[in-house]
Amino acid sequence: MKNIKYLVVGIFFGIVFVKAEIISWFRIQEMFQLTSFHMYGVIGTAVVVGMISVFLIKKFNIKTFSGEAITFEDKKFNKGQIIGGLIFGVGWAITGACPGPLFAQIGSGFGVVIITLLSAIAGTWVYGKVSHKIGPENE
Amino acid sequence: MIELIKQPWHWLAGGIMVGLTVPALLLLGNKKFGISSSLRDICAMCVPADIPFFKYDWKKKVWNLFFVAGILIGGFIANRFLQNPNDMVIAQKTQAILFQYGVKDFTGLMPADIFSWHNLFTLKGFIFFVIGGFLVGFGTRYAGGCTSGHSIMGLSNLQWPSLVATMAFMAGGFISANFLLPVIFKLIQ
Repeated sequence: MKNIKYLVVGIFFGIVFVKAEIISWFRIQEMFQLTSFHMYGVIGTAVVVGMISVFLIKKFNIKTFSGEAITFEDKKFNKGQIIGGLIFGVGWAITGACPGPLFAQIGSGFGVVIITLLSAIAGTWVYGKVSHKIGPENE
Repeated sequence: MIELIKQPWHWLAGGIMVGLTVPALLLLGNKKFGISSSLRDICAMCVPADIPFFKYDWKKKVWNLFFVAGILIGGFIANRFLQNPNDMVIAQKTQAILFQYGVKDFTGLMPADIFSWHNLFTLKGFIFFVIGGFLVGFGTRYAGGCTSGHSIMGLSNLQWPSLVATMAFMAGGFISANFLLPVIFKLIQ
């Protein structure tokens, strides 16, 4: 039952996704056609709020509500961030969704997006299958 | 109040609330915001197939599946109870370009002439659902994260590889939206 709280945060987050129109295919097209500031505003603000939060947590050594330490890991650079990033970007503009919005699109009545989600899971699986050949563990 | 919530939210409000997800997950249990990982966990849970990449204790990451289930429910609630009573407002230039491509429905969050069940077994459905979804799943895992894990969580933690990944996401999106989609729309007409 300790996971219920994440469900609640998810519900809140899903509502934000829909109401701020982050899940909209049209907003994604606007972003990549540079015809609207909306998505840049959302992502830029989110990054600033996230940065300040992480800074404060580190600075004051803030613990979780249950008293655990909060830890951060550094990300290692590898070519996947470029190649995989480009591949994801191409898919992002086609589907109008990153993985998070896929779930919200399904919930908000675009049921057929379940096919997109299943295909994304298949894509993840295929990557897992070939990761020993192309992934960072191969370098 | 409820009328105000039903209106589309300003990017500033949306951005603040998305950003607050980062400390919310950290404070609730030292969890890192990163949604594409949930796709890997689903693979590890359902079809590990003896692949080393999926051999890990996915039960430890089950919180992420609760989180994405919540996103789906949140989407349902927003659509069912808080739906914007008006048509979507889309930048005129984008609307004109998309109209040229053959998109005719500009009322909802998604164009109904693409994202509906009756396109499932057509070339249109194959490209927009199957290929598009595959690229999202394959690409995010290869990149080690998506917009949430790299662009928001990674940048919040000042990780330069996440900045590289974010620039790659954007570059891929620009190429796709401006050069690939026009070809795709020509193909399916």
